[in-house]
Amino acid sequence: MNRRSVLLGIGAVTAFLAVDLGAVAYANKWIGPNNTLTRETFLNAFRSVFGLHPGFRKNHAKGVVVTGHFDSNGNGSELSRAAVFRPGRSSVTGRFSLNGGDPNVVDTPAAARGLGLAFAFPDGTQWRSAMLNLPVFPDNSAQGFYDRLLAQKIVSETGKPDPAAMPAFLAAHPESAAAMAVIKQHPPTRGFADSTFNSLITFFLVNDAGVRTPVRWSFVAQQQALEQRSGGRNILFDALIRQMRNGPLQWRLILTVGAPGDSTTDATLPWPSDRRTVDAGVLTLTGIETEDPGNARDINFDPLVLPDGIQPSDDPLLNARSTVYAASYRARTGEPKSPPAVQVDKVTP
Amino acid sequence: MTDPIRRYPLRTRILHWLVAILIFSMLFIGFVMVSWLGSYSALVGIHMTLGVVILCIVVLRVANRFTHRAPKLPDTVGWVEHKLVVGSELTLYALMLAQPLIGWAMVSATGRGPVIFGSLRLPRIAPFDADLFFVLRQTHSVVAYALVAVIAAHVSAVLLHTLTLRDGMLSRMAFSRHS
Repeated sequence: MNRRSVLLGIGAVTAFLAVDLGAVAYANKWIGPNNTLTRETFLNAFRSVFGLHPGFRKNHAKGVVVTGHFDSNGNGSELSRAAVFRPGRSSVTGRFSLNGGDPNVVDTPAAARGLGLAFAFPDGTQWRSAMLNLPVFPDNSAQGFYDRLLAQKIVSETGKPDPAAMPAFLAAHPESAAAMAVIKQHPPTRGFADSTFNSLITFFLVNDAGVRTPVRWSFVAQQQALEQRSGGRNILFDALIRQMRNGPLQWRLILTVGAPGDSTTDATLPWPSDRRTVDAGVLTLTGIETEDPGNARDINFDPLVLPDGIQPSDDPLLNARSTVYAASYRARTGEPKSPPAVQVDKVTP
Repeated sequence: MTDPIRRYPLRTRILHWLVAILIFSMLFIGFVMVSWLGSYSALVGIHMTLGVVILCIVVLRVANRFTHRAPKLPDTVGWVEHKLVVGSELTLYALMLAQPLIGWAMVSATGRGPVIFGSLRLPRIAPFDADLFFVLRQTHSVVAYALVAVIAAHVSAVLLHTLTLRDGMLSRMAFSRHS
């Protein structure tokens, strides 16, 4: 051991640690370009806009759990080899929800309604889908979603969003302005029971022959919604609960087949209404329950949990949703829980 | 210079360097996939697949480790350091075995089996339980950083021995014909 060998050893260790720990720091985004969104940026944006609501989903925080089954008529097998499209029955567990990160928000007709479904949960070849009652999605990129979220932030001095924020957002995001115009032409239905829930994002179905077909799917309501009773904070959820006490509710799964030229990567763009559709079967929801440990409260409706025979498109929202949902799931599973606003047993007959 | 007392058998050296490359890749992919928005689902698929591949190779490595003795350590290693060498080897084996199993159990606790090689669905090895998921998820991160730390110490020690003490430490695991 001499001075040269000491320097050589220390130099080599320093160089190795610089590269090794540098790579770890870069991969974790502790160093390097800081101008791109991360999953944490999204969680913090939800917290900043809606406040801290530990234990709840960071978006679509208010909801109720449903159970039932899907009866496939086999028509979907033409497009997809997924087991769920073969003739027969799959179990389904799901969750109706309202858009936004406040779990105690007052129900309003204008809030986007969500339906998350998990087919063959937990041990089959699963298919999970998180859908909305909107005709198109307002954004076509994670950045757009983020900017729109922040534009809705309530300014504490006025109790309202900054009046300049939304116009500025729409000027910067013409795709969202166009999508919102389409949404305006499709006013929401009366309640959850008569809402049609759409995938919005395009997926590819792959059949036995290996043919890939772009589709968007919809669960089309097969009943009217009960009249809501005025008063109370949960008028939409209460009406759904009362209606399900009288019997199951049904939705028909319609697969819409995209034609060449239809966008498969931009959920703000509607497909023309004359596209071919395939009626794949009927979803029947028979049970409704309060969110509790071990039911759909604890399911992450990750749109990328797909069976063989359904493949993601290149829509950038898919990866963004999947990763932000995972971060939200990790955060909320570690937080203390409090009772959800929708308590099925407490809804009067 | 293929004296079996001075150097690990070829199969052991191959397993060592294969696992080294895979674990460096896995740690990098793991950190990237939870910190960057793009390509998340593709990276998760690769991560789960590589995790199961590493689990299989490490099981093989553990079994192989019982088939031979370790080559003699250089005389520069005193008895305290000798204990550290044995301890760090055991620690690395424990972490390498535990990490893929924790990952598998963690995905299982979310109510699904991992999917590897695109479509091969593995069974769940833990019940659907959100509280259990959180414990496993945190542990998965802690073990990842523990691997980073132990591997950094392992490589640094070998470099110091080989370059500063010039005791040929690296040659026990290297492929070169000399030294």
